Formats: sequence, structure tokens, C-alpha cells
Amino acid sequence: MSAFFRNPRAARRSPWAVGLGGKGLGGLATALALLPLSAGCRQDMHDQPKLQPYEASAFFEDGRAVRPRVPGTVRRGAVIGDDHLTTGRVDGELATTFPFEVTAGVLARGQEQFGVYCSPCHDHAGTGQGMIVQRGLKQPSSFHVERLREAAPGYFFDVITNGFGAMYDYSDRIAPEDRWAIVAYVRALQLSQNATLEDVPAAQRVALTGEAGQ
Amino acid sequence: MTQIFHPSFNTISKVTIFGAVFFLGGGLWLTAEVNRSGYVTNEGVVREQPVHFSHKHHVQGLGIDCRYCHTSVEVSSSAGMPSTKTCMTCHSLVWTNAELLELVRDSYRTDDSIEWTRVHDLPDYAYFDHSIHVKKGVGCTTCHGQVDGMPLMWQENSLQMEWCLECHREPELFVRPREHVFDMDWQPAEEQAALGARLVEEYDIQSLTNCSTCHR
Ligand code: HEC
Ligand code: HEC
Ligand code: HEC
Ligand code: HEC
Ligand code: HEC
Ligand code: HEC
Repeated sequence: MSAFFRNPRAARRSPWAVGLGGKGLGGLATALALLPLSAGCRQDMHDQPKLQPYEASAFFEDGRAVRPRVPGTVRRGAVIGDDHLTTGRVDGELATTFPFEVTAGVLARGQEQFGVYCSPCHDHAGTGQGMIVQRGLKQPSSFHVERLREAAPGYFFDVITNGFGAMYDYSDRIAPEDRWAIVAYVRALQLSQNATLEDVPAAQRVALTGEAGQ
Repeated sequence: MTQIFHPSFNTISKVTIFGAVFFLGGGLWLTAEVNRSGYVTNEGVVREQPVHFSHKHHVQGLGIDCRYCHTSVEVSSSAGMPSTKTCMTCHSLVWTNAELLELVRDSYRTDDSIEWTRVHDLPDYAYFDHSIHVKKGVGCTTCHGQVDGMPLMWQENSLQMEWCLECHREPELFVRPREHVFDMDWQPAEEQAALGARLVEEYDIQSLTNCSTCHR
């Protein structure tokens, strides 16, 4: 975590709160005339001693109110002990299965997360020609090459968790469950790009051939 | 003995007393107006930032989703600010030598924070939570305006209590389908009133105007 906010409010505190002790009517008139300006006054209740997320703090040495995780601890609610789910490995080998059942809901979640975190570089179809690549980033391999179609689900999980070459890891931003959802969606993408007519259920096949054939 | 006050002073004094009411009233009105103006609310004030970060380039130009950087907006009260590492996922590879990004690279090397200047800041006695608004279908643009057109960030709305309540009283006038919360140019395809009424039903959206909703 390395970002926080400088507080602009100190600069906003208005000078009009002092110096209104005029004499008699002249003073009152001045006070009334200046009253609208006093609307700019801010009080201490606005900035209480409590720290809010991303506030700057004079207490901690690094100046951040948000604290980094203490090494060796896990966040509340994190799954521990389930290596398959959290490391993508079973007995030290890249997992060849998913740690939970892949449902339509999981795929939908995967699609959403893929759109947010992966599509800027790998594009929405996974061919590796995302917007950032067009602006000069190293082009990653398409997900539809033989090697990656054969790769185990655990391989993709591992890339997201630990990074790969020039690609940084996303473990701090994507929860393990969501990483698996993304992997499931990548699998779906791979199927979609290499599907044949035989993969389509008979009922829908007619509609497809009907359109394509004529 | 001649009179000090000419009879016409009767009229003058009446006008003066009458006028004072207007003078005071005018003063109060002016106060209220100033209180709602950008001078107090900081509406529309473009803030200088230590790094010239442009939402216009990154959101409109490159099409990056808000959540890539404001990761916790769906699950937490705070939207979350991108860590330097988030910038570096791209900037270790693109614009690697740009002068503009010197501070970002420094921050990554030394682990010193980038100190962004706050743009939106509610008083500490008011409680706000992003996650509930995202879940109930209030779009980013509804509160933050066209972020994708901002070269530097500014505050689009007053963020005063009056403004919060305008929506809390009648959320149906502002909500949209959940899947369009992050859309920068969503427009209702039908009458907002009809859509809003349906969404209020579907998402079970309450009208929360109790003081303790926001002052807790
Ligand atoms: C900032 C751009 C960027 C983003 C975002 C990104 N990647 Fe990558 N990815 C790359 C680059 C560049 C490479 C190639 C790295 C290399 O070869 O050094 C790569 C490589 C990969 C590979 C390895 C391919 C191989 O050849 O074995 C996989 C798998 C992958 N990415 C998956 C993902 C997934 C899943 C996401 C979303 C969570 C993602 N990437 C997000 C840039 C990105
Ligand atoms: C590439 C990363 C990135 C993306 C994508 C991004 N932001 Fe930001 N956002 C930042 C940074 C960095 C800041 C702090 C600097 C500033 O205020 O401009 C910021 C600041 C903000 C602020 C002002 C915070 C304050 O100081 O009060 C708002 C509001 C905001 N972003 C909304 C959005 C919305 C809405 C989207 C999606 C359309 C979005 N951002 C996409 C990086 C990003
Ligand atoms: C997903 C990739 C990506 C991320 C993440 C990203 N940038 Fe950029 N940024 C770019 C690209 C690509 C450009 C070049 C802009 C162009 O070609 O339109 C750029 C340009 C810039 C520029 C100079 C041009 C301009 O927009 O005025 C600055 C400054 C900048 N980025 C800052 C940041 C900061 C700070 C962060 C982290 C909060 C960040 N960027 C995160 C991809 C990214
Ligand atoms: C209901 C109005 C509302 C909506 C909708 C909204 N915001 Fe905010 N946002 C605020 C307010 C109010 C603040 C100031 C919070 C504070 O000072 O505690 C804020 C602050 C922020 C900040 C600064 C960091 C923080 O959390 O204090 C960012 C970044 C941000 N919003 C991004 C977003 C994004 C991205 C979305 C869309 C998913 C969004 N906001 C939707 C009202 C809203
Ligand atoms: C455009 C509409 C809109 C605006 C503007 C808006 N809200 Fe909300 N707010 C909602 C909706 C919708 C809900 C969800 C109501 C429900 O629970 O069904 C909500 C809920 C809340 C909650 C309840 C959260 C909880 O955990 O119980 C708080 C607190 C809140 N808003 C604070 C604010 C504050 C403070 C502002 C002004 C800075 C604000 N809102 C502005 C629409 C809005
Ligand atoms: C939807 C959220 C919300 C609700 C409900 C709400 N407030 Fe507020 N209130 C705010 C916000 C946000 C501010 C800060 C406005 C600002 O920055 O000037 C505020 C400010 C105030 C202030 C300070 C005004 C000032 O100008 O300094 C008072 C007093 C107050 N509220 C009283 C109440 C009372 C009494 C109720 C119940 C009838 C109430 N509020 C309900 C959000 C709310």
C-alpha cells in the first residue's frame, strides 16, 4: 500500500473568524457585510482525531493511516490450509482441477473480473492485443495457442498469483476465488475460439447452419 | 422652537425600518447562497496533483475500468486508492522514461507514498459507504460526474447534506441497473420513473432519511 491523501482542509480554514470586533454600528455593519464570508469557516468537528482510510498520519513513521499487513498474518475471513484454493497447487504440482464446481455464476463473475483486470492487455478475447499493448506494452502470447490450451488450470492461477515475466502479479487485488473464476472464464474463451459445429447442441445447430449456409 | 425633525422624517423612518428587514433578510439569503456556492463546497475546483494523473487518458483513452485502480469500491466504505504497484503494472513497461512519472518510479523504488491531494472529503461526522451505493445501483457518474472527461480531478457535486437527501428521499429518480454502475455514458433506455420504480422493487431500495443513517 503506498498512496495516501494530503489534507487540503488546513488550507481551507478561513481567516474571517477573527478580527470582527468593530465598534458600534460601523462594526455591526462590517460584521453583517462580512457574515456571508464567514460561511467559509470550518470547525474542528470536520477533522476529528480519528483516522480514516488513506488519511495521512503523523503517528506512523511512513506517514500512512492504512497499515500494511503484518508479515505472517492473514486477513479476517481468509481461507487458510487449502493449498488447492490458495496456491493453485496440489502436492506441489500445478492443479489440473478446480477447487470448486464451475457454475454459470462462477463464469459470469470470471467474465466481469477478466474484463476489469486482464482485458486492458490481453483484450476481451484473450488474443493479447489489448489497448495497452497497442500503446507499446510487450505483446503477451494469445491464450489460444496450443501450449496454453493444454496448460493446467493451476498454471493460469499461478500466473495471476505470482506474475509471469514482464507481467506483475495480481494477488493483492484479486481474491483467490475470483482468480479461479477468471481461470474458468479463460478456459471458456479458449473453447469458444476453437469450437466446432459438433460442440453445439443439436437443437441450436440448425439455427447456426441455417444462417451460415445460405 | 423649530422642530428638529421635519414631518417627512416619518416616512423616512418607516422606510428605514422596513428596509432593515430587507437588509437583514438579504444578508441571510446571501449567507445561504454563499454556503451553497463553490467557494464553500469546493465544487468544480480542479486540484493540482503531485503526479499529473489524467482520468481522461486512462479511462476514456485506454478504457481501463474504475475497479482496476479503485479496487475496493464494491466491498468497502472506501473506494480505495491505487498503490504505486498498480501504476507500475503498466508503467514499468510503457512511458518508462517519462519525466511526468519520475515520482511514481521513485515511490516504487523507495516505498514512499505518493501524496495525492484529496478532492472529495466529507466532514468526519458524516458516514459514507461506497459498497451499498454500488450494490443498489447508483452509478459513479451520478455522484462524481463525467470522470472520463477529467484531465485532473474535480468535485462535481456539492456533497452537502441537502444533496445526499435529494436522492435518499427519492432514489427511484437516480438508480440504474447494477451492471451499468461503472458505465460512463449510460442513459436510461426508457422513462427513468418507470425504470426506477422497477429497480426499487427488484433491489429492495429503501429511502433512508433517518439522521442516524449518516450521523452515527
Ligand atoms: C498490464 C498488462 C497485463 C495485464 C493487465 C495482464 N497481463 Fe497477463 N501478461 C502480460 C504480458 C506482457 C505477458 C507476457 C510476459 C512475458 O512474456 O514476459 C503476460 C503473460 C500472461 C500469461 C502467460 C502466457 C504464457 O505465455 O505462458 C498468462 C496466463 C496471463 N498473462 C494471464 C493474465 C490474466 C489471467 C490476467 C488478468 C488477471 C492478466 N494476464 C493481466 C500483460 C498483462
Ligand atoms: C489507472 C488508475 C485509475 C483508474 C482506472 C481510475 N482511477 Fe480514479 N483515481 C486514480 C488516482 C491515481 C487518483 C488520485 C489522483 C486524482 O485525484 O486525480 C484517483 C482519484 C479519483 C477520484 C477522486 C478522489 C478524491 O481525491 O476525492 C475519484 C472520484 C475517482 N478517481 C473516480 C474514478 C472513477 C469513477 C473511475 C472509473 C471511471 C476511475 N476513478 C478510474 C486512479 C484511477
Ligand atoms: C493499464 C495500464 C496503465 C495503468 C494501470 C496506469 N497507466 Fe498511466 N498510462 C498508460 C498508458 C498506455 C499511457 C500513455 C497514454 C496514451 O498513450 O494516451 C499512460 C500515461 C500516463 C501519464 C502521462 C500521460 C498523461 O496521461 O498525461 C501519466 C502521468 C500516468 N500515465 C500516470 C499514471 C499513474 C499515476 C498511474 C497509477 C495510479 C497509472 N498511470 C496507471 C497506462 C497505464
Ligand atoms: C452516492 C454517491 C457516490 C457514488 C455513487 C460514488 N461515490 Fe465515490 N465518493 C463519494 C463521496 C461522498 C466521497 C467522499 C468520501 C469521504 O470523504 O469519506 C467519495 C470518494 C471517492 C474516492 C476517494 C477515496 C474515498 O473512498 O474516499 C474515490 C476514488 C471514489 N469516490 C470513486 C468512486 C467510484 C469508482 C465510484 C463508482 C463505482 C464511486 N466513487 C461512486 C460519493 C459517491
Ligand atoms: C444518487 C443517489 C444517492 C446519493 C446522491 C446518496 N445516496 Fe446514500 N444511498 C442511496 C441508496 C439507493 C442507498 C441504499 C438504500 C438501501 O439500503 O436500500 C443509500 C444508502 C446509504 C447509506 C446506508 C449505508 C448502510 O450501510 O446502511 C449511507 C450511510 C448513505 N447512503 C450515505 C450517503 C451520504 C453521506 C451521501 C451524501 C454524501 C449519500 N448517501 C448520497 C442513494 C444515494
Ligand atoms: C444521507 C445522509 C444524511 C442524513 C440522512 C442526515 N445527514 Fe446531516 N449531514 C450529512 C452530510 C454529508 C453532512 C455534511 C455536509 C457538509 O459537508 O457541509 C451533514 C451535516 C449535518 C450538520 C452540520 C451542518 C453544517 O453545515 O455544518 C448537521 C447539524 C446535521 N447534518 C444534522 C442532521 C440531522 C438532524 C439529520 C436528521 C434529520 C441529518 N443530519 C440527516 C448527511 C446526512
